[in-house]
Amino acid sequence: MGTSLDVNALADRTRRRQRREAFVTHACLALGVLIFAFPIYLTIIGSTHDVNTIGRGDVPLLPGGEAAANYAQAWGVGGGRFMGVPAGVMLFNSVIMAMCVAVGKIAISLTSAYAVVFFRFPFRMMFFWLIFITLMLPVEVRIIPTIQVMVDLNMTNSYQGLIIPLIASATATLLFRQFFLTIPDEYVEAAKIDGAGPIRFFIDVILPLSRTNVAALFVILFIYGWNQYLWPLLIVNDRSMETVVVGLTKMIGSGDSQNEWNVIMATAVLALLPPVAVVVLMQRWFVKGLTETEK
Amino acid sequence: MKKVYFKGIALPYFLLLPQIIITGLFFFWPAAQAVRQSFLREDAFGLSSQFVGFENFTDVLSDPTWLDAAFRTLLFSSSVAILALGAALFLAVQADKHIRGADTYKTLLIWPYAVAPAIAAVLWLFMFHPNIGIFGRMLNALGVPWDYKLNGDQAMLLIIFAAAWKQVSYNFIFFLAGLQSIPKAVLEAAAIDGAGPMRRFWTVVFPLLSPTAFFLMVVNLVYAFFDTFGIIHSLTQGGPGKATETLIYRVYTDGVMNLNFGSSAAQSVILMILVIVLTMVQFRYVERKVHY
Amino acid sequence: MLRRTLGKAVLATPLAAPLAAPAFAQSGPIELTFWHGLAQPLGGLLEEIVSQFNASQPRFRITPSFRGSYPETMVAAIAGFRSATAPHIVQMFEVGTGTMMAAGRAIKPLHELLLETGVTIAFDDYLPAVRGYYSLADGRMMAMPFNSSTAVMFYNKDAFRRAGLNPDVAPRTWAEMRAAATRLRAGGIEIPVTTAWPTWTQVEQFSAIHNTPLATLDNGFGGLNAELRINNPLMVRHINTLMEMGRENTFRWGGRDGAGDALFANGSSGMIFASSGARARFVRELPGGVANLGVAMLPYYNDVQGAPINSIIGGAAFWAMNRGPNAARSADENRGIAEFFAYLAQTRVVANWHTATGFLPVTRAAFEQVKATGFYTQNPGADIPIEQLLRGGGQMTGNSRGIRLGGFVEIRTAMQEEMERALQGQQTAQQAMDNSVTRGNVVLRNFERTNRG
Repeated sequence: MGTSLDVNALADRTRRRQRREAFVTHACLALGVLIFAFPIYLTIIGSTHDVNTIGRGDVPLLPGGEAAANYAQAWGVGGGRFMGVPAGVMLFNSVIMAMCVAVGKIAISLTSAYAVVFFRFPFRMMFFWLIFITLMLPVEVRIIPTIQVMVDLNMTNSYQGLIIPLIASATATLLFRQFFLTIPDEYVEAAKIDGAGPIRFFIDVILPLSRTNVAALFVILFIYGWNQYLWPLLIVNDRSMETVVVGLTKMIGSGDSQNEWNVIMATAVLALLPPVAVVVLMQRWFVKGLTETEK
Repeated sequence: MKKVYFKGIALPYFLLLPQIIITGLFFFWPAAQAVRQSFLREDAFGLSSQFVGFENFTDVLSDPTWLDAAFRTLLFSSSVAILALGAALFLAVQADKHIRGADTYKTLLIWPYAVAPAIAAVLWLFMFHPNIGIFGRMLNALGVPWDYKLNGDQAMLLIIFAAAWKQVSYNFIFFLAGLQSIPKAVLEAAAIDGAGPMRRFWTVVFPLLSPTAFFLMVVNLVYAFFDTFGIIHSLTQGGPGKATETLIYRVYTDGVMNLNFGSSAAQSVILMILVIVLTMVQFRYVERKVHY
Repeated sequence: MLRRTLGKAVLATPLAAPLAAPAFAQSGPIELTFWHGLAQPLGGLLEEIVSQFNASQPRFRITPSFRGSYPETMVAAIAGFRSATAPHIVQMFEVGTGTMMAAGRAIKPLHELLLETGVTIAFDDYLPAVRGYYSLADGRMMAMPFNSSTAVMFYNKDAFRRAGLNPDVAPRTWAEMRAAATRLRAGGIEIPVTTAWPTWTQVEQFSAIHNTPLATLDNGFGGLNAELRINNPLMVRHINTLMEMGRENTFRWGGRDGAGDALFANGSSGMIFASSGARARFVRELPGGVANLGVAMLPYYNDVQGAPINSIIGGAAFWAMNRGPNAARSADENRGIAEFFAYLAQTRVVANWHTATGFLPVTRAAFEQVKATGFYTQNPGADIPIEQLLRGGGQMTGNSRGIRLGGFVEIRTAMQEEMERALQGQQTAQQAMDNSVTRGNVVLRNFERTNRG
């Protein structure tokens, strides 16, 4: 019997099937990528045309020649009708906000998790629960009374007001607590034998060990800070402190066809660049951090 | 659990202090204020207020437009969650296969995580604006009267898609991590048993992924409840009519635009209770997972 | 970095001023903040007037700042007051008048301000419709009228020509409107009719010119316990007309508030109901410019007894505000506000603003001056708004004096939502107006309760 022939035919079929499957997989993934990339592509293209091309509705699919002018206007002047803030100013505000939120959150979470894990003191668990209960209480839910508190504290219209209330959240504390619990007791014992105090131990042992977690959290929290919307919308009414995400939607207003869409699109691209760059460049840490943080 | 600790009482309190102060000032005080305000009725300028008992709550809960908004929120959130989870799971399964360029695909699917919900909305506006958007114009040219500023169903569809689009990458990251943690031996065993790929997925892979899926479900619901404010605010402002007014948007219109602080506070309290319940469900699930 | 440089540039101006004017070297000019809600091009024109005032005297320096749309500006000012950062002067649109009048110590009534500072403004010369809107029953002024407008119909003469209509004759009644709209549609005009500020033009102005009550107690002038009356047969009939025109594709909902302006400005709409103040934008943006811009009075139903009478005013006025619940202004600050208001009352300023923008000439002197320059003969239609305010003999009735309802911004939103639902075919015109009345009255009762004391 021609068994060898059958085997070859089978192998052939399998190879063909694998090739077909691989093709389908590629096609599916490419379609997915396309769905995510197309809006960005359209926006980038739009930002290189003049205002009338877009206003008329001639949606271009190839780049035009107005890129330099549009980006210059977006960066230095802003949108016209709604007396927009230059994107340069708004990006500066967004960077300040995102950086401070990320750094601040990491700092206070590191210390509070350290206190909860490496010490025993009265009401330890109560404090832990106080922090934990805020885990899923986003600022949006209690927005009006929080604004009122900001008013009472005279913190509206300031960078402190933009940043400090967003610094508190349980997520980062929980992650660090989880991580600290995996640090073997022997480390602490060794430190004690060496005569190192808790502060020394924190600086020499805990911080270096937490490096990866800190990097991952930084990405997540930077994005979190950058993407805030309702909070900056309400807490800041001095337009020189506007963040770019809020400023961009203000430029759109009610969505007139007559808007300076070219400048708006250029601003949208500028608003996207920093967070996307952070995610793409720090992808490895970020993915690791994300899947470990929130689980 | 640890058995070795540092001594000292003052130091740990000192270390906890910043977190506790901020949490107290910006979580618990406002939460208490919300409860207090929900029993008051105040004029717009904050010059006079009176105690009205549970009236704000009964007004809200008996207001048909609020109940509509609650139902609409449910519809919106579950649509967003299902769409974002389904698409992410599908893509994650594809990306988990051993194919060339898998890492590039992953990067290209992960970056939308960085897009703010409000910016996602703006990108979708660029595509679906009836006058300047490529698809908006295409639909109108094909005879579909597309204008999300006039048609409530179209407005709802648009915000659902924009919201789901932004959330897929987040879910994708988790599903992929979940898939990669499934031991290959399990899959091979199933393959040897003669199960086809579809059957293998539903009987072996999916049950192993279900904890991830459950976790993501809760996260996606919370996202659709609250983080989508920016999408609605920049695309539809809750309209046309009230077609895209969700509960969180309602808190904003009543509290910020209409200056009904009592009613807005009562709505905040209701939402807080809802979220705390969700958190407890989530926590019970986490606890169970730790035990088993 | 950029921010800091900008900040320095702003700071440099007042610091430099004392050097130039040694008489005030001790203190420098007194800084006053002014929030407004006019987008471009109007916002720029307004800010120009402010800088002219700043240049005209050395003691006060007003910093204008754009705070978004009228409703957003109102919300920002109220939030500002609650946080003791209210501006010295806020531009408040006319629907906020009821709320502001009841605002107690949040505002500084204009008559008090003038009395304390000794500054005088000749309000006798102001148009009665304007004066009446912003004064108490006894005639004492509460706010400084400035950019008052009324609703008119603008039409695209070129579109009329293309549809075979006479571009010099605008429809006068709703029957003529519908006929013209049908012709425009047949002539290939995408949007024959649209509207900006839909409740203002289609409900509030509509009720006024038909001498029909919007609310009881003379539309709220008679007290806080007024009730809405917009579910009357005439109103329902009109909403039905709009719905029918919507189905026939001759009317398009242009969006809430001022959003509809864009549809006319870009030439896609044949006729629009809009604020007379939109003229500035249309002249600049409409293809064909001013020569293509037709202006006409609001159409009416000619079978309604006594219609049409005068329309009501809209636009905005300037209110002096206290900084916060426990923070009044200094005498110097009040003096600066009063002098700025007096500057705004100058005939030259009023006349220039009127001709540049299309807002009303709020004083008779300004109207006469503009007339004398031949402006209205050179710009046909520019006097339509003021003529419309005097239509029917200029004798205002309780239904055409204006609207003074608390929380009216919220009521407007409710009306817009109900109209949107009706136009989508989700409810009848009667249901839309009944719901508007029910929801609006809830707002009115809440306002009455919280402002009784």
